[in-house]
Formats: sequence, structure tokens, C-alpha cells
Amino acid sequence: MSLLSNTSALLGKELRTEFRSRELLTTTVVFILMVIVLFSFTFDPTSSESRRFGPGLLWLAFLFAASLMLQPCFLREQANDTLSALRLSVDDPFAIFLGKLIANTCFLLLTELLLLPIFAVLYNVPILPVLGWLVLVLFLGSLGVSIAGTALSAVSAQARMRELLLPLLLLPLLTPVLVASTQVTAALLDSAPYVEWKGIGFLAVFDLVFLTALWLFGEYLLEE
Amino acid sequence: MNPPRMIGAGLHFENIDKRYGSLFALRHVTLEIAAGECVVLAGRNGSGKTTLLRIAAGLARPSSGSLAFLSAKGATADGRIKTGFVAHATMVYDELTAEENLLLFARLQGIPDAQNRVQSLLADVDLADRRDSLVRTFSRGMRQRVALARALLREPSILLLDEPATGLDPDGTAWLARTLRRLRGSGCTMLMSLHGESEISAMATRAVRLDTGKVVADTASGASLKSILTFADA
Amino acid sequence: MAKQTIAAALVLLLVAAAAYAAFFVAPTERSMGLIQRIFYLHVSSAWTGLIAFFICFLSNLTYVFSRKPRWDWLGVSSAEVGVTFTTVVLITGPIWAHPVWGIWWTWDARLTSTFVLWLLYVSYLLLRTLIEEPDRRALLSALFGIFAFLDVPLVFGAIRWWRTQHPQPVIMGAPGSGLDPRMRSVLLFCWLAMMALMAFLMRQRYQLEAMRGEVEVIQREAEGQ
Repeated sequence: MSLLSNTSALLGKELRTEFRSRELLTTTVVFILMVIVLFSFTFDPTSSESRRFGPGLLWLAFLFAASLMLQPCFLREQANDTLSALRLSVDDPFAIFLGKLIANTCFLLLTELLLLPIFAVLYNVPILPVLGWLVLVLFLGSLGVSIAGTALSAVSAQARMRELLLPLLLLPLLTPVLVASTQVTAALLDSAPYVEWKGIGFLAVFDLVFLTALWLFGEYLLEE
Repeated sequence: MNPPRMIGAGLHFENIDKRYGSLFALRHVTLEIAAGECVVLAGRNGSGKTTLLRIAAGLARPSSGSLAFLSAKGATADGRIKTGFVAHATMVYDELTAEENLLLFARLQGIPDAQNRVQSLLADVDLADRRDSLVRTFSRGMRQRVALARALLREPSILLLDEPATGLDPDGTAWLARTLRRLRGSGCTMLMSLHGESEISAMATRAVRLDTGKVVADTASGASLKSILTFADA
Repeated sequence: MAKQTIAAALVLLLVAAAAYAAFFVAPTERSMGLIQRIFYLHVSSAWTGLIAFFICFLSNLTYVFSRKPRWDWLGVSSAEVGVTFTTVVLITGPIWAHPVWGIWWTWDARLTSTFVLWLLYVSYLLLRTLIEEPDRRALLSALFGIFAFLDVPLVFGAIRWWRTQHPQPVIMGAPGSGLDPRMRSVLLFCWLAMMALMAFLMRQRYQLEAMRGEVEVIQREAEGQ
């Protein structure tokens, strides 16, 4: 059937599965919280330092969490070989990736939005005036993390040491996302907030490049 | 159960090789299966049965050689022939209910009137009363039934089964044999891998034995059915 | 065999000539003196490393569409050689920085980007060690290699735009600063020598991989009997 209908059916499956158990979401939220708290022990979280370090720490925490959260993505399709069932049922294998990466973006975004107010309180940063823009950068950054992470999850699921492999492959690849997202976030949380348009454009380009690459090469990632 | 009107199709494997690194899973396999045949693939573990079935299902591609589908009349089919695949693994999601699983695959495959089709299939495999239970709670036999229902969603002309009776108790095996006989009655071609003789192997019209990826015996060339099946575990 | 030795000798000669040029032909830089000469090694290695990774990228693409093992052999060879040259860049950077500024590492934009580049391709090589089946290993590492190379301009771009706000020592001079024509010639010559070395090392590594591949074919044929 069409890419759109297949993607939405698969997206529905991913969302339904996760919201039924909520195990990924809860563990990811707790993990990010833990990282944020631990980071606070490594420097003095007074006002000026928080603003300097805060955004970077936040995105670093998101990246670490994502590299763990994205592991089960293709791994869980191995248990009952449901990946084969999916491959047999869809016309375009890209639908499998698209469904999963949209779901992963939603999960990441959800955990980030849950943690944003906590982060704001712990580090004394004002998020309300720039909330809309923050959501935008969270979205674009999470999308980039998701696209790369979903693709590489398919790779690491076929190798040994997959728990360590996914972070190893993913984190260097996501350096541009870390740099740009941190920059945009820092600009928004600055004492004189501004929108770093170059950063937002850059994130959009990153997302587009890797989405296209996944579209072109995804089917080979699923080959037997 | 009302068997769907399935007209079988044939399969032609031409000089198929499949290798993984330096290992040949299949070597020079040429085999023609006519529409409506019920063929048993016998052989030890690692003889290539699963690989051949997965190639027929379209999950794996041969390293060399080709696979063609034949219409019921024996001519090469132009359109896509619908195949159904029942594997060792159930290929359904434990965290979804039987109904959710079938609806998902029905939607993905674009089955018209999915809801009704799913309900009738659930009835056919005697799982209508467990449609809202998570597959995780099912016994092995029940999981096989969901797996079979999934394979039958698009009314395949060829049914491929990889050791479908593994882990089934005698009741389960009897049920499977009955169901497969009914499907045969509607003209569906079947290619299945089995270990040894059983109720299920009894309905075979032909048997082929594989050893280390090669075809070593075929009832079509004169070998006896019994000899192929019983040597399987030697 | 003789051809190999001649090639090796030529490359060695070229590298020796380049070293000579760097030490004796190039003029001494005004402020930094002798240590600045490491610039020729540093920059030519950086360019060569990038070219090796580009060759890796092209091999990866070709492998995915042709599935001929020789493109996988070329892929791993070029990646390893690229990592080697990139390591040289990462080592010569601090060697140069320390006498000049008293610090080992400056988080200079290009050096930092090179570090990420190094990490990316080390991951590529690590990935290969974690997949046993050769065809699967070739395909998956080729796909990761493609993603990695697509990331390279994004890495350099992001770091250059957003990690160079604070004034910091820029290794080897800011881009666009004029080069004395003699320095330029020596740099180009050194680069030529590095490229020759790259080609030679890649060829050696490729042949090693090809031999392994051929042993595999022989094994396969033997089993097929």
C-alpha cells in the first residue's frame, strides 16, 4: 500500500506498543534526570555558570539517553522475527524506517518536554519567554538524532556488542546536532535572548541530508 | 471453515546458489514445483531448507541463479504471485493482541475490508474468543495459529512453511494437518520443510531431500517418499 | 616483486625529498622558527587523509551497488590509511602548539573537526571487527561509511561556525593568510609525497585484503566439491 498509509500503520503500532508498557519512556526520563543531577556536581550551578553550561549539558544528556533508548528499536524486531513479517507486508521498506523514526522523535520530544521545566528549575534558566522557539529546536534536534539513530540501530542490531556499538557509531555522527542545538538553545536562554537562525537552518539541513540518505539506502540496511 | 478460493501457482528455482561468506547454504539448486503440488523438503539442520524457503518468500536473494513463479497453467507469471510464509519464529508481536497483529498486517498489505477478513480468519484458526488477548499469553500452538492466519491474510497461491509443527503437541499437529488439508483442497500450492514422518508429511505429493545445500533426492525422479523422509535425520 | 620494490623505493625517495625540502628549501617562518616546519607534514597529511576518506566513500557507494568484494577491500584500505594520516595530523598539531603557545591542545576548529573525523572512521573500523560474516560486514560498514562521509562537511561546518567564537590560537595560521610562494611550492611538493605514500600504503593493504578474499574463494571452491 502507499508509503503514507504504511507509515501511519507502523507509527500506530510503535506508539501503541510503547504507551502500553511505557518502559522506554520512563527509563529514558529517569536516565536524563540522573545525568542532569550528576552534571550539577561537576561545577558550581550558580546563575552565570548555569547559563553557560546548561544548554550543552542538556543536549549531551539527550544524546546519551537517545543512544541508549534507540537500541531496542530494531533489536526488538528480532525476537519473533517480526522484521521479516514487516518486510513481506510493505511495498516500500522506507515505511518501516519512517514509522520508527517518527515514533522515536515523538518519544524523544516527549521526554525532553517533560524534563525542560525540571531543568529550568534546577539551573535557574528562564524558559517561558522562549518556549515556542525551544520546542522548535528540540524538535529539529530530536528529529536529527532519531533519523541517524534509527538507521544505525538497524546496523548495530546485526553486530556484536550492540549495547556499546550504537553509542559508538551514533555519538560522533551527531556532533553537528550537538553543536548547533546547543548554540541555538544557549542563544534562547541568554540574558538577551535571540534566535540563532543559522543554527535552525543548519539543523534542518542535517535532518534533510540524513533523511534522504536513509531513503536512498534504507532497504540495504534490512537486507538478509 | 470456508476455504478461500485460492488457485495455486508454481515455482521454478533455476541453478540457485546462496552463500554467506565462504559457506554455501545452497548450491546449484534447480527445482520446479507445479501449481497445486504439496512438496515436502526434508534434510538435516543446515541442509538449506530454511534458506530455500526464505528465497521463495522473497526475504533473501540468491547469490546467483533465479526464481520464477509460474501461473496455474505453467506459464511464467507476469504479475506478482502472492505467497504466504510460516516460519520457525511466529513473526507476530507479543505485545499486541491477536486481532491487533492481524489488523496491522492486513492494513500494511492493503487487504480490502480488513476488519471482516481478520475476524473471519480468527474464526478459521479457532482464535475468535482470544482475539483480545496479547499474543504473549498464548501457548505455542496458539501462536502458530496466529502465524498461519497472518500468512493467509492475502489469500496466497503458494504457502511456504518452515517446520510448522515444531513445538506443537499432538492436538496442535492434528489441527495443523486438518487446516493444511483444507487449504490444499482449495488448490493452494505448498512447499514445506519437515523433520521426519508425520500426519502432515502424509499429505505430500512429492518430497525433495537437501543435503549441504544440494538436492540429493527427489520423488519426481523416482526416489521413494518414505526413504526421503526417514533418512532426513540419519 | 621487483615492481613492488621499485615502487617502494620511489615513494621513499619522494618522502625523503619532501622532508629535505621542508627542512632546507623552505624559508624559515618569521615568528615561530624551526618548529613551524612541521606545518608541511601537518597540512599535507590533513589533505591526504581527507582524500583517503573520500576514496573510501566512493568505494562504499560502489560496493553497495555492485557487491564486488574488491570495493570492500578498497574501502577498508582507504579507511585505515585515512585514519593513519589523520592520526599524524592530531599528533603534529600539539607538537607544533606546545613550543609556540605553551599548551598542548587548543580546540582549534580544524583540529577539533579532525578529531571527530578520526572518531568517525575509527568507529567504522571497530564496526568491521564486530561483524563476522564477510558479505554482511562489507555491506553494513559500507552503509555506515556513506553516512559518516555525508557527516564530514556538517561536522566541519558546525564546528567552524560555532566553536570559534572565542579568540584562540589558530593552528597553522588563519585560512586566507598569504603563503610565501616558496612555502607554497614546498607544501605542494610535500602533499605530492604524502599522496604517493597514501597510494602505496593503500595498495599494500588492499593486496593483503585481496589475498584474504582469495583464500576464502579457494576455501569455498574446496567445500563445493
